[in-house]
Amino acid sequence: MPAPTAAPAPARPAAPAAPPAPSGIRFDHVTVAHGRHGEHTVLDALDLTVEPGEVMALLGPSGSGKTTALRAVAGFVRPVSGRILIGGRDVTALPPHRRGIGMVVQQYALFPHMTVAGNVAFGLKAHRTPRADIPGRVAEALEMTGMAGHADRHPRELSGGQQQRVAIARALAIRPGVLLLDEPLSALDAQLRSGMLTELARLHRELPDVSLLYVTHDQVEALTLADRIAVLESARLRECGTPQQLYRAPRTAFTASFVGTANLLPVTVRGDGAVDFAGHPLAVPTGGAAPGATATLCLRPHLLTPQPGPGPRANTLRGTVTEVQWRGATHRLHLTAGGHRLLADLPELRAVPPCGTELALHFAPEDASLIPAGLAPDGPHDRPADGTDGGPHHA
Amino acid sequence: MPDPHRPRPGRAALWALPPVAALATVVLYPLALVVGQSLTPEDGGGPTTAPYTAVVTTAAFQDALVTTVLIAAGATLGALLLGLALSLVIAFVPFPGGKALARFIDLFLAFPSFLITLALLFLYGTAGIANGLWTDATGAAHGPLDFLHTPWGVLLAEVTYFTPFVMRPLLAAFAQVDTAQLEAAGSLGARPARIVRTVILPEALPALAAGGALVLVMSLNEFGIVLFTGAKNVVTLPVLVYSKAILDGDYTGACVVAVVNIALSAALYALYRTVTGRTRRTGRTAHPGRRRAARTAPAPVPATAAPGGASRARP
Repeated sequence: MPAPTAAPAPARPAAPAAPPAPSGIRFDHVTVAHGRHGEHTVLDALDLTVEPGEVMALLGPSGSGKTTALRAVAGFVRPVSGRILIGGRDVTALPPHRRGIGMVVQQYALFPHMTVAGNVAFGLKAHRTPRADIPGRVAEALEMTGMAGHADRHPRELSGGQQQRVAIARALAIRPGVLLLDEPLSALDAQLRSGMLTELARLHRELPDVSLLYVTHDQVEALTLADRIAVLESARLRECGTPQQLYRAPRTAFTASFVGTANLLPVTVRGDGAVDFAGHPLAVPTGGAAPGATATLCLRPHLLTPQPGPGPRANTLRGTVTEVQWRGATHRLHLTAGGHRLLADLPELRAVPPCGTELALHFAPEDASLIPAGLAPDGPHDRPADGTDGGPHHA
Repeated sequence: MPDPHRPRPGRAALWALPPVAALATVVLYPLALVVGQSLTPEDGGGPTTAPYTAVVTTAAFQDALVTTVLIAAGATLGALLLGLALSLVIAFVPFPGGKALARFIDLFLAFPSFLITLALLFLYGTAGIANGLWTDATGAAHGPLDFLHTPWGVLLAEVTYFTPFVMRPLLAAFAQVDTAQLEAAGSLGARPARIVRTVILPEALPALAAGGALVLVMSLNEFGIVLFTGAKNVVTLPVLVYSKAILDGDYTGACVVAVVNIALSAALYALYRTVTGRTRRTGRTAHPGRRRAARTAPAPVPATAAPGGASRARP
């Protein structure tokens, strides 16, 4: 049995880190299809560019094509059309071992018969790194991921979080220009996941030239880590932008509902620059929409506030409380307003309104966004992830 | 406080009695008879090791022992190499008919060994298809192939017959290899040959050892293949038992050879158990990942020594 024996030399200083060559990724109209005759399209004409050093999150539900896109970059699926470029080089026809990428997957995929050091040294040996350099490079990668003290252990002796750190160290040891992460935190519990997110952000600060393509279905991970997020649905790219753009001004109802929690209300654009919701005028930016056009109003639940006093006020939604949920720091109120369901997240209430209470909720015009084509079903769209609502956490 | 649901030791022993009695009647008693006969001189008298001295010092026995070990080792090596190559292709190189081929391996295990020998005779025998094509094409009186009755013919037949016994546990082991590990290795720059050598093989080593041990033990005891090839100059221990008992009427000598054959098989089985036990202790899988979809049915019990001298009990 081949027994990788490369162990880090603790006393020896790590070899000076040669920064990876900055490499971006470009999807040039990439289509991937399965089936005997390619009848099942799993990625449809994807055009997307990940700039060198950028963190791009591919966000979408199961079956949206996000993992397929990542596997196409890695070389594990072959597009039926289009090109994939890494660092400007067309790699579409190259086998995985010639693409020079690092990859981390959900289940770690460590080699169980090798030690931690052996796992990290694997890629270096495959790349024919000079034998004398391997221990230093292994130590460097393990140091970077906080696993320097575990070099001689086997994967079965490590926790899930430690195994994922080793997997990241293994991918980084070869100093790739591009690091692919396929739901890397999905197998970890919520607390570990939060810690690992911080670790990943720190790693990227230390390796600013490495481009990260991060596949996740978890909006919190995407919002926390990504410079930009590409939202995929049904094999197609729906929207791409910074986390703030997608959260505050989504251009599609799907993005509004998938990135964070949203109240999506059907409205009609009025001639006076406002919109009409269930017969009530609401002053929101219409972006030059034509009077009479239908649209979807996106309101984040945590940006709704109870009206402080009686009397009419602009941008007020009147609803009836149907359910109240205590969520620790907040109370979530379920209401019906104008025949539509509505969510409001309020700071923990001293006096919880009982069901049936009439409540007036206010929002600032700048906190609302208008989605031109009202394709979304009305009401609130909630995708809780780990008990959070995906607020804008991006630093 | 004693567990009221736990059967009392006396009653548990009663349950064990029937299988132990059956085992004693079917296996242990005949084995004891063979061992007893091997210690009984032809001219009567008490138990003695003289028959062993008489048999093991003969050139015929020593030649048979060497031939048996060489053919068994060659067949094992050949079956391991061929089985490994075929299993890798079936498990990791998608091709139409791969599933059907894996199923055929299961069916092949049920074939009697002489059937393979007969098939080889039809193909490569002096009057076989290959020689027939040659004589038809060239007009020669004889074809070029005339090796089936040599040790090489026996080796070819045994490798052909025993290769599926290596493939079966290997295919089951390969089905358990995490595809994510293979992809991770590829993304780290490893070419397919390195992935096989450093990722797949270490994980499949216990299955490879099981298949190899099974083939080694079975080929040590193989009788039908040697008989059907008609290789008169290839005398293995089982053939020697047959010729001593049936042709010469030397039952004591036959029993001596049979006991040596059994001891050889048992020793190899013990060695196999030691090696695989050590492999299990030195470590196995870490985190269950995405496994390859099993192409084949669950593996049969890998290696069990087939007791018996002249005739082998087929599992």
